[in-house]
Amino acid sequence: MKISEVVRLTGATVVCGEEKTGHEVEKGFSSDLMSDVLTLDTENLLLITGLSNVQAIRTAEMADIQYILFTRNKKVSDEMVELAKENNMVLLETSFSLFKTSGILYHAGLKPVY
Amino acid sequence: MAVELTYQVKGGDFSHAGDASSQVKKVLKQLDIDPKKIKSIVIALYEAEVNVVAHALEGVIRVTVDEEKITMLLTDRGAGIPDIELAMREGYSTASKEVREMGFGAGMGLPNIKRNTDLLEITSEPGQGTTVKMVNFF
Repeated sequence: MKISEVVRLTGATVVCGEEKTGHEVEKGFSSDLMSDVLTLDTENLLLITGLSNVQAIRTAEMADIQYILFTRNKKVSDEMVELAKENNMVLLETSFSLFKTSGILYHAGLKPVY
Repeated sequence: MAVELTYQVKGGDFSHAGDASSQVKKVLKQLDIDPKKIKSIVIALYEAEVNVVAHALEGVIRVTVDEEKITMLLTDRGAGIPDIELAMREGYSTASKEVREMGFGAGMGLPNIKRNTDLLEITSEPGQGTTVKMVNFF
């Protein structure tokens, strides 16, 4: 699924990485627990989370995750954007809940990790 | 020729938790190490770095990279781990509410470090601090 399609389906705003919205993601993982994200061995992943802090970006950096969609109307801070840009990430924000976001994207064909 | 790196870690400073791991990742990329190996190394190091921030007063990370391996030594001053075997058990956690709010503290850190390292040695003196040695071969 193209990132632009993720944006369209969830009514998301692109915070940074606009030039990469043509990229494809294969799988999605929804979690507010970064400890769980760090146990994944999956490439080409969209992280869907309601945890909006610097550690979400750091976790994605360590786990080689390039795309993060923040749910529940959580706003990304300037510090997070700076760190995300350094690591060539795409950050998206949606007002939808984590459940609704996950349901829509799963229904549209984004695969689960497990 | 070996590359040696040293980082100071401050307990409770979550806004900088991961700075050292991030720097190490950049160095490993420059050294052209296999990306899959880099991922395991930095995940283990990040988990360990977060542990120092979450549980200790302060710590030092010493990293040595030679041709065949990376050695990561984390020494902290703090509460220590009274029962290492128990701490290694998945789901066991003594993390504070603040740590959990940061997305950690689910009792997955040490088991995940073990999964991502070739050698792991933990020694701890309760009330004094903890030393974690991790080695990954390239």
